[in-house]
Amino acid sequence: MTQQSDVILEVKGLVKHFPLRRSLKDVLRGRRPAVRAVDGVDFFVRRGEIFGLVGESGSGKTTTGRTLLRLEEPTAGQIIFDGQDITKLRPSEMQKLRRRMQIVFQDPYDSMNPNMDVFTIVSEPLRIQGLAKDPAEVEEKVIRALEDVELTPAEEYMHRFPKELSGGQRQRVAIARALVLDPDFIVADEPVSMLDVSIRGEILKILMRLVRERGLSLVFITHDLALARHFCDRVAVMYLGKIVEYADSTRLVQKPHHPYTQALMRAVLSTDPRKKQIYTGLQGEIPNPANPPSGCRLHPRCPLATERCKQEVPPLLEHEPGHWAACHHIDRSLAALEESRKSLQAAQ
Amino acid sequence: MGRLVVTDLQMYYKTRKGEVRAVDKISFTLEPGRALGVVGESGCGKSSLGLTLLRLLPPNGRVVGGSIKLDDQELLELTDEAFRKGIRWKRISMVFQGAMNALNPVLTVGSQIAEAILAHEKVSKDEAEERAKKLLEMVGINPNRYHHYPHQFSGGMKQRAVIAMALACNPDIIIADEPTTALDVMVQAQVLKAMADLRKRLNLSMILVSHDLSVVAQTCDDVAVMYAGRIVEYGPVEEVFTNPLHPYTQGLVQAFPDMYAERAPIVSIPGTPPNLVDPPSGCRFHPRCPLADEHCKRHEPALEEKGRAGHKVACLKVSDDGQVAKVRFA
Repeated sequence: MTQQSDVILEVKGLVKHFPLRRSLKDVLRGRRPAVRAVDGVDFFVRRGEIFGLVGESGSGKTTTGRTLLRLEEPTAGQIIFDGQDITKLRPSEMQKLRRRMQIVFQDPYDSMNPNMDVFTIVSEPLRIQGLAKDPAEVEEKVIRALEDVELTPAEEYMHRFPKELSGGQRQRVAIARALVLDPDFIVADEPVSMLDVSIRGEILKILMRLVRERGLSLVFITHDLALARHFCDRVAVMYLGKIVEYADSTRLVQKPHHPYTQALMRAVLSTDPRKKQIYTGLQGEIPNPANPPSGCRLHPRCPLATERCKQEVPPLLEHEPGHWAACHHIDRSLAALEESRKSLQAAQ
Repeated sequence: MGRLVVTDLQMYYKTRKGEVRAVDKISFTLEPGRALGVVGESGCGKSSLGLTLLRLLPPNGRVVGGSIKLDDQELLELTDEAFRKGIRWKRISMVFQGAMNALNPVLTVGSQIAEAILAHEKVSKDEAEERAKKLLEMVGINPNRYHHYPHQFSGGMKQRAVIAMALACNPDIIIADEPTTALDVMVQAQVLKAMADLRKRLNLSMILVSHDLSVVAQTCDDVAVMYAGRIVEYGPVEEVFTNPLHPYTQGLVQAFPDMYAERAPIVSIPGTPPNLVDPPSGCRFHPRCPLADEHCKRHEPALEEKGRAGHKVACLKVSDDGQVAKVRFA
């Protein structure tokens, strides 16, 4: 792994289970049923990088993001932020740390109090942190945050209410609210998935600029692999509570190692009508995370699965420098990738 | 049969702030067996167009002009009663986004499909059940699951069951509004595949309304690009998506990144879509268009065939032989 100073956040063996109600049968058998939303996840985020967490619904990507900030309490594992394990921090210490760690949610309509104006929304974190002593300073900080998200002139937006803003403008306000404390780490959970394609680029450009100019670190959660490929420096692909693969985003799309990543990529529809292909390779749908399959969680759907996959959980190993994947059959998987690319080329 | 000809269709919503011109002089022809994609962003009128064709408008929406002809029969002249009995479900059917959530949780999936048949046709219960099972099979669901409840189905299966239901009365045309938008990519692929197979087998024509260019690119023959209540570009998908002429279409195509292309910033079109109570003068895209000049502010472009056959565009900056400046959005 890289030098400690280069890494802002490291996650080791992160687990988040949501307990379910126990039936009498469960009690008698000593079982504690739970939705195993995140089930042993390891990764690290470098300073000044955009780290993508990609997966389908139920993959655990959102829970992972929320747990990083302890908006959910981890069931097990370590979250090391700037050299400090934050899972052990007391709530008061955690609150102080939130100056440095912020989150932007998916839905700009839901994540804002409709009765607050933009100024009140953006300055709220300052008040919570007890940093709102000097009104002139608060105003200055709010204006700077609004300028950072290109809501200018800021004075014109400060006293508007969420309902008077477009979806894109609201999401900028949400980002300004995250920026006002001048954090160095932000989790953005599907920040553009509710927005029209013609305006999502503006939001992404703002985030990209903040990362590049200020050395902010960003964890970008998305279901959209094509978007992650272009926006993120590195991408981790999650399936049913585990990371199945992670690598530099370019390497990942050039040479996906894991059968799941390969299938996910092939299922992304092309906007080029000359490449007509609807891929329905993996059978079925993502199983219930309360009762995940044994061994490799993909095995019931994986075309390459063997007996071993049913029994042994594949470890996440570094197969090429910086390219990690968790599969017992990497060689066969890469051969299958070659094969499918050849047949696709032949078909076109 | 089932040739649908829409001419100068206008549908406005009455609101306190004035009339919203959601569908403003839309014309197109849907030939039997063809699939037309309608793409555009929120508020461009694409969903309103579907609702207008199905006569499912809310009370404040009304058709103010134009014509909708199905095999030479003027649908706008029919009474609500006649439309409900003879057209909706039987000739023109529909699937909506998240329609799977509209399944009744306390009735079996199969019985709900059979009920749709019984409501519209004089058949026996057994016959309806038989047909419902066949429909399930057609969308790739084992007919044994006829007696299962919605909660026993996965999301993709429910959406496919709803598609089966839409086909219960052998319609000629199906209108699908964002049929796969809430689904994950792999499930989306399964649903789209089922729809494509069905269309081929039944010679069904389809209007697919979507914000997602890739869904339309992969499933439709023709595409209409809508902006601010109007069709701004129309033609075969291959032609329109690989040689987009209207600056808006050019921007839309650029805004969808190709996963296999080199890493590049995600493109956006500056500005926001207009308010349809008071749309911009002239070309409605002019406030956001990098090519716009004074002429565009004053004159409204008509949708005309330019360049290659069947490729229509409404833009003053496109020459008669289909030449236009390539716009690069950033």
